[in-house]
Formats: sequence, C-alpha cells, structure tokens
Amino acid sequence: MSMLTLTDIRIMDPASGRDETGHVLIENGRIAAIGETPVRGEVIDGRDLTCAPGLIDARVKAGEPGQENLETLASASRAALAGGVTQIVVQPQTVPVIDDLSLVDFILRKGEALPVDVHVAGALTKNLDGRTMTEIGLMSDAGAVLFASGPDPIEDAQIMRRLMAYSATFNALISNSPVTPSLSAGTCAHESDVSARLGLPAAPAISERIMAERDMALAELTGGRLLIDLVSSAETVNSIRNAKQRDIDVAASVSINHLALNELDIGDYRTFAKLDPPLREERDRQALLRAVEDGSIDIVVSDHDPQSAGRKRLPYDEAANGAVGLELMLAVGLKLAAEGEIGLMPYLRAATCAPAELLGLEGGRLAVGERADIVVFSETDPWVLDSDKLLSRSKNTPFDGRRMTGRVRHTIKNGEIAYSAVRG
Amino acid sequence: MTPFEGYEFTKRHCLDISDFHRADIENLLALGAHYADLDVQKHGPRDVLTGKTLINLFFENSTRTEKSFELAGRRLGADVINMQVASSSVKKGETLLDTAATLNAMNPDLLVVRHPSSGAPSLLAQKVSCSVINAGDGMHAHPTQALLDALTLRQAFDGDFSGIRLAICGDILHSRVARSNVQLLNMLGAEVRFIGPPTLIPTDADQWGVEVFHDMKAGLAGCDAVMMLRLQLERMSGAFVPSKREYFHYYGLDREKLSHAKDGAVVLHPGPMNRGVEISSGVADDPEISLITHQVAAGVAMRMAVLHGLAEGIR
Repeated sequence: MSMLTLTDIRIMDPASGRDETGHVLIENGRIAAIGETPVRGEVIDGRDLTCAPGLIDARVKAGEPGQENLETLASASRAALAGGVTQIVVQPQTVPVIDDLSLVDFILRKGEALPVDVHVAGALTKNLDGRTMTEIGLMSDAGAVLFASGPDPIEDAQIMRRLMAYSATFNALISNSPVTPSLSAGTCAHESDVSARLGLPAAPAISERIMAERDMALAELTGGRLLIDLVSSAETVNSIRNAKQRDIDVAASVSINHLALNELDIGDYRTFAKLDPPLREERDRQALLRAVEDGSIDIVVSDHDPQSAGRKRLPYDEAANGAVGLELMLAVGLKLAAEGEIGLMPYLRAATCAPAELLGLEGGRLAVGERADIVVFSETDPWVLDSDKLLSRSKNTPFDGRRMTGRVRHTIKNGEIAYSAVRG
Repeated sequence: MTPFEGYEFTKRHCLDISDFHRADIENLLALGAHYADLDVQKHGPRDVLTGKTLINLFFENSTRTEKSFELAGRRLGADVINMQVASSSVKKGETLLDTAATLNAMNPDLLVVRHPSSGAPSLLAQKVSCSVINAGDGMHAHPTQALLDALTLRQAFDGDFSGIRLAICGDILHSRVARSNVQLLNMLGAEVRFIGPPTLIPTDADQWGVEVFHDMKAGLAGCDAVMMLRLQLERMSGAFVPSKREYFHYYGLDREKLSHAKDGAVVLHPGPMNRGVEISSGVADDPEISLITHQVAAGVAMRMAVLHGLAEGIR
C-alpha cells in the first residue's frame, strides 16, 4: 500500500476553484484527503510550492508511427512528465495516417505501457485527403477521443457538413484547421507591416476567421460538436465569442506559442518561430490571453510538433512549421502568470479540467477519490531554457535561451512520483 | 370480381400517393388482393385492357419494375411496348416534351414512366392525352412500390395493418420509395419511423409525421415491420457514410439488431439488395422473416389493380 503526502502546499484545483494551503494525502494511486489531513507515507515538503492536477495536452504530434527519428511515444511521454503533463492526445498526421481502427488500437496499446495516458485523435478523412470519410463510428467506439482534419482544412463545405452531421450520431468531437486555403496557400506569415517589411508571403488574419465562421455555421446547422483548433487571431476570438452566446456547441484551442509570442519574435527570420498558424500581432496575443481568461477559448495546448534541425535550418519560406512544447506546457503559463499577463487559475483550467471535460477524459481535477495525477511546481524558480536539455527527441523551440519563471518539480502519475526535476 | 362496386374510380393518372384519397387506396388494395390470387391473375378474364396500348417509357434502367408492369399489362390483355430509351431519340437530343408529343401521336392509353428527374412524369401528364403512371421519378415518388408494400403488409397482418409500428431504414435522403411509403403508411394508420445516419436523412424529416432515429437498436424497439432501403455504393464517396463495414455495423440488418424489434417482426426490401451492406443474407433469405419475394409477387398484382383502376377512368 503506497502512500504519499504533499505537506503545506498551495493547492490549486480549477474544477472546484479551490485555492488554499494544506496537505494532500495520496493512497493507492488516488487522492485520499485534502486540507487538514494526517501526514502519512512518503512526504514531499510543499512549502513555497504549488500543486495542480496533471496537465492534459490535447494536441501532440508524437512521430510514431513512421517518424520515430523526430519523436517516439516513449520520448514524448518523458517530455510530457517533465512538463507536468500526465495525459496527451496524439494527432493523426503520422506515417501512415491514423485513419483506421487498427491504427487507433495500435497507438492505444503502445500507450498502455507508457507512464502518461495516451489518447488518440483519429483522422477525419482517409489519408487526410479532405474528402473521404473515415470510420468515425468504429474508431470512436475503439477509443478515439477526437477527429481532426490534420494540417489542411476540410475545404469543401458540403463534405464538412456531412462529416459534422455524421459524427453527431456518435457525439464525436471534430476539429478542423481554421484556414481558408484560397487565402493562405503558399504563405508563411501573418499579413502585417512586419511581414511586408520582411518580404514574406503572408495571409490575412481573416483567412482564419472565414473558415471558423463557416464551420460554426455548419455546427449550428448539423448539431455537430466542433473544436476550432489553434486559434491565433483577435478576429476569430470575436467570432467564437458570438457563437458561444448563441449556444452553438463549439470549443476552441490556442497554443502556448501564440499566448507567449508574437510576430516580432520571428526577428531576423528565426525559423524556430515559424509556426502554423503564423505568429501574429501583439493585439492578437492580448486577445488570446483575454479569451483564455474568460473561457471563450476553452483549452490551451502545446501543439507539440517535433522537427529536425535540418528541416528548420532553411530559408524562412522553405523551413518546416512547428515547435516542441510538451515540456513547456506548464512553464509558459507560469511565466505568463508571473509577468501578470494571465491569471494562473484560468490558465490551469484551460490545461486540466477543461480539456478533460471537452474530450470526456478522467482526471483534470484535485478531489478526494480522484486519480492522483498531480503536478508539483514552484511559481518562482528562475531559470534559462536550454533547448539541448529538453527530453524531447527534437529540440526545435522558439523559447531557446529565454528567461523563465516557475518550474515543474515533481509530476505524480497514479500516485507515484513519475518525474522529479534535477535540482541546481 | 367487379371492382369499385358502388364507387366510381375517377383518377386519370397515378403520379403520387397524394393524388389519391383513402377510399381510392382501399379500393385499389382490395383489387390488388383480388389479383394476388394466381388463379385470377393468370387464368382470369383478360378483357380488362383489351384493345388498349401500354407504353413502358423508362429513362432509368430497371428490370423488375419494367417487367412487372409488362406482365401486369399483358395479364389484363393490353398491347405492351417497351421503349428502350438508350436506343431512342432522347440520346439524339430530343427533349422530354418532344418525346411526349411523339408518343402522344401514337395514341397510347397508358404510359408508364420512370425518369431520373423529380417531377418529370407530372410534366408528361400535362402534355399527353393518356393516363400516366409514375414508375419512379428522381427522389420524389414511387407510388406503385408503396402500394405493393402496403398490399404485402396487409397480407402479412391479416388484412389490416393500422396501428403497427414500421421502421424504414437506410438511405432515406435519396429514396423515392421512402417518401411514397411514408405518405401511404401514415394514411393507412401505421406508425412510421426513420432510421439512418444523419447524412442520409432529409433535414426536418421529423415534420413528415415520422419519428427519426440515428441509433438503429433504439429505433427498432417495438417495431412490427422493418423496411430496409438499398444503399447505393457510390454514397461511400461524398462523405455520406465511411465504408460498407461501418455502415453494416451500425445500420445493416442482421439477426442481432432484428432481435430489438418485436418478436416475429417481418422484413421488407424494395430490391435489389446489397447483401452484407444493408441486410445480412441470414435475414434476407429466412422465409419466416423476409417478405421480399412476397413483395415481388404483390408487385404484379398491385400494378394490375392500378392499371385496371385507371382503365375505369379512360373507358
């Protein structure tokens, strides 16, 4: 019988709104008591530390199967634990694409042996062709928690309508990349004076808004559940806010990159800050922060996207998109909170109970009887991010060399300490 | 038997179920039951349509419906001509109304039309001086199919199926059979349900006087009869349904799903069937359950009744 007590620790549980100092007693993998409880078993001294539910990252590319040189499920789960993440949802754009029952099963079986919970987002269309529906029902029954369009959107509105109508039968959540291909094809930056001066081919922010509005209108028509994945502009935030006021079943996500960075971080053509969607203006970033705080954007994701240095060290418009982020999932939030840019509680909500509820997952909350998936962190530790020290197999991060405030100390999974930071 | 005793059947065309009121339908079904007796059908008097000409004008391929009308016409003594549209002047650019004028000049008495466009038979009916029978138009109506299904059900339920619960399952969106059946079954007092994925059920179908289900097991609960519809295999593209495998898993009728219906529930299918897609062979071929061959037999009898009825009007 394993027991563990976190003593005198700040307990933050966004699901209940609890924010107090006390003990957390963990017995047999579950939370046995919170607050004034006897100290039993192994002890973690929580003075000056904070605990929260283990984070849930709803958008991870794990490279497996097919691109194990970039990341494996095992290396991704090590990186996740280091970032305070205890559950991940892997994206379907692997080689081959996860568009079939057997591949969903393959990933879930692999995940069973790993220290984090691995969930699967299935492909919405066969081989992500944007036209041929996958077996949404059978994959859903096999355990897929989300169906994603992949990097390219479902361009044909009739197809998208049928996908949404069909998936509604199984109450399946589907996500579409909010991009209007005819506006965004061949571009690699946000349309603004910055990209104009850099001479980069750029797409206007409304490319995102137009597709998001179309999909929300289709959600209203069909009654399907829609996730607008990776919102990046102030315009789209406004559209989502309006849709939610009309009770449309729509949710939205934002990446940690878009909360912390803007187009100026591209600087002198830094391809490690080349992302899809592109980094936008400061006013967009501010709108995204406010949207996470007021719940207009439901969840924060790392958009973990491992890329090799070779695919990044290229002229800007030829370089690959994407950044790794699993290990920074909590750290970026702590930095933003320390700098007064966002409240820590709403940030945690968007990374714990909100994704759990959206995807129908267990966990994401600190309460007696819940599974003990807990991250223990310092809100004040200063450190400098060194990309070479990342546990992820790929090191592409736009935060390399950044000063950070706040850091994960321990990640507890099912009551066991699964990760502890090396002190120093 | 003297049909329509004490009742004047005055309808000139058979385009849609809504052309008829309940008394017409009851009389047609009674006459259909009369012709369902093989002795009457094959050896009865053949003078009902003597001297009359029936033209089968099929713009869509169909073996069973065309042959069913041909047999019905011949067994009533009519001269029957089948127009092969593939080899006709339609291929040379003639419009539907040109064809109508040409046919009209040949003075037929009955024109049986199947056309891929909804409403084409009613356009023809306005332009020809004979009776027009709709043998299926686009996604609109297939009234003789609905009538033969009603006749089949009437035989299966000892002459009266009012109050039974019947589920129509599958591709209702593209089905003229479903549309005509809903009208007729509702008129005759059956409780009709639709079962299918949302992509194959018309928007607002719940306003047609039916209850809509997307979960087949829930939809089949308490059903006395199940009517399966053919799933066109081209629906796999265009994102209506993902695959035969998934379609059969959720919407294909097998014994397990049928066990959710009432004990002794019967199964209909307008044909041709896709075995293993919308229906399992085990169900389709079980004579205790399946009325599918009865439907074909009822088809000839029912079409004789319709032709007979319209002949009353043109006499």
